[in-house]
Amino acid sequence: ASRVVVASRNYADFASEATFEIKKCDIHRLEEGPSTTAVLTREEGLHYYKTMQTIRRMELKSDQLYKQKIIRGFCHLYDGQEACCVGLEAAIKPTDHVITAYRAHGFTYTRGVSVREILAELTGRKGGCAKGKGGSMHMYTKNFYGGNGIVGAQVPLGAGIALACKYFGRNEVCLTLYGDGAANQGQIFETYNMAALWKLPCIFICENNRYGMGTSVERAAASTDYYKRGDFIPGLRVDGMDVLCVREAAKFAAEYCRAGKGPILMELQTYRYHGHSMSDPGISYRTREEIQEVRSKSDPITSLKDRMVNSNLASVEELKEIDVAVRKEIEEAAQFATTDPEPPLEELGNHVYFNEPPFEVRGPNQWIRYKSVS
Amino acid sequence: LNQALDEELERDERVFLLGEEVAQYDGAYKISRGLWKKYGDKRVIDTPISEMGFAGIAVGAAMVWLRPVCEFMTFNFSMQAIDQVINSAAKTCYMSAGSIGVPIVFRGPNGASAGVAAQHSQCFAAWYGHCPGLKVVSPWSAEDAKGLLKAAIRDDNPVVMLENELLYGVPFEISEQAQSKDFVVPIGKAKIERQGTHITLVAHSRPVGHCVEAAAVLAKEGVECEVINLRTIRPMDIETVETSVAKTNHLVTVEGGWPQFGVGAEICARIMEGPAFNYLDAPVVRVTGADVPMPYAKILEDNCIPQVKDIIFAVKKTLNI
Repeated sequence: ASRVVVASRNYADFASEATFEIKKCDIHRLEEGPSTTAVLTREEGLHYYKTMQTIRRMELKSDQLYKQKIIRGFCHLYDGQEACCVGLEAAIKPTDHVITAYRAHGFTYTRGVSVREILAELTGRKGGCAKGKGGSMHMYTKNFYGGNGIVGAQVPLGAGIALACKYFGRNEVCLTLYGDGAANQGQIFETYNMAALWKLPCIFICENNRYGMGTSVERAAASTDYYKRGDFIPGLRVDGMDVLCVREAAKFAAEYCRAGKGPILMELQTYRYHGHSMSDPGISYRTREEIQEVRSKSDPITSLKDRMVNSNLASVEELKEIDVAVRKEIEEAAQFATTDPEPPLEELGNHVYFNEPPFEVRGPNQWIRYKSVS
Repeated sequence: LNQALDEELERDERVFLLGEEVAQYDGAYKISRGLWKKYGDKRVIDTPISEMGFAGIAVGAAMVWLRPVCEFMTFNFSMQAIDQVINSAAKTCYMSAGSIGVPIVFRGPNGASAGVAAQHSQCFAAWYGHCPGLKVVSPWSAEDAKGLLKAAIRDDNPVVMLENELLYGVPFEISEQAQSKDFVVPIGKAKIERQGTHITLVAHSRPVGHCVEAAAVLAKEGVECEVINLRTIRPMDIETVETSVAKTNHLVTVEGGWPQFGVGAEICARIMEGPAFNYLDAPVVRVTGADVPMPYAKILEDNCIPQVKDIIFAVKKTLNI
């Protein structure tokens, strides 16, 4: 089929950048917060749009594959929260560090793993980013430490990464993410204490999507001001549905940390369209109306699109072209993820230890043995 | 232990020690005496009483560039942090298909002490020994302690080192070789402390000493015991035990921990599965801690831990003498 050009625009017709008003952040133990305006270049806008759309379509594809039973086990989807991971990545450097919990596919992508490798990991194939050994909750790449299954456990880990950054005087920070449910974990408070005591370059980030599995924040927390829960740690409450708001707040936070002032806490107010996981329809504890309202009024991708089109940073057609390209990429990745073979049985015993001479690992009985190489 | 820490801190700037009272107090049991003074705040870190938090912080640091030694004041407190040891440290290399290593050491006193009662006397050899991805070592002599700690620090994997508080106060002779800065005891290799022909005694940690004592008493009665010091719980050197059993035809295991699902139980299972089974002239006997929480009163406590007389009794039962 030939493509008909409906309208053509010269790139010189577009503005190169635009300034937007963004929501003011609530602040805790800070004299001032991030700027209430953000400059968005056309290039940045197109990049954020494409990235968020890729994550959105990737998560929806995962939903489809899960229902076809091609993805199994746990699958926690990120659609609705795209502005968080994209906004954060825009504010930091590739040499900074990120660790999060199990709703990790978005971050896995923004930290540099391809959609192909993510989907193939979800389908448990050898082409997956963890060779099929990790699955949805255990994906890693350079300067990205997962993907962690135990609620809250990633928070001390993140502070430890920050300690290592400080130890060698590297001007790097660690984004340590957790949810509104995890925010009530004791080990997080232990970590707040040590991070503040030792002035670790750790940015604690609470992705508050209003529900910890089926429990709303009002039913779980005596104080839902998550940005204040760090007590002696300064905090910001950020509109997590606006990629520019997230970016500006994260830039502010990163600057604070890099200046050696110690940890800082950001609460990103966001929303997930799916239930907690694929086993949760997500409508027993919230109304369809609520979900629909967020979708129509606060969707991160739609909001960015509207901003860009209205400020002449891009055209509707151009963004549609991006959508088409994204769909194609996801389809190809899904094709790979469903046709790539599962890991060979020999892989079962590998990677028990790191940097270790080969040895044997016991199987289900004493005669079945697997070789283990590192 | 102090020497090992000092030498390894000096050798590799990525090594650091953290835990409660390890710095300014010189260590709750003085294991880290003088180290904070020598190396300072960056290398020897006092933590608040937050086991889960600081164990997690240590694992996070290990996932990046550092080589932490995380001290638990006793392994009883490690239960607060056990999720970080198992789920964050032990499993990460496997889950990441080998892209993330966790070169961390968790160390501290394990098992019974003297009069510290039930919550402070548990042996964790079986619990940690159960998990793939971990290495678990249990020194007896001073050479074991120094060599295994150095090996553990140099190992790129999470190692749990189960020391013993009562052994901290026991002097041992140490060879010339062991005084070298490069002396390392390989992880995964047992040591034959005493050669024998009639029966094999296998133990780890403090009970190794009891076995050596029992062997001395039995020698006077003409029974020659071969005493094996396991040194490593995981990966266990069962081959050394099998070779010994092929020679002696009799086996007694000795441990401080509870009997059910313990180190001795594992040894029995592996002996049955391997070639040594055909060489046994009698069933394997286990000498263990009594199957109760540790009582306080001295007479009760003494009868809850394996004593020399219990080992001798087990030997005689096995040999039918």
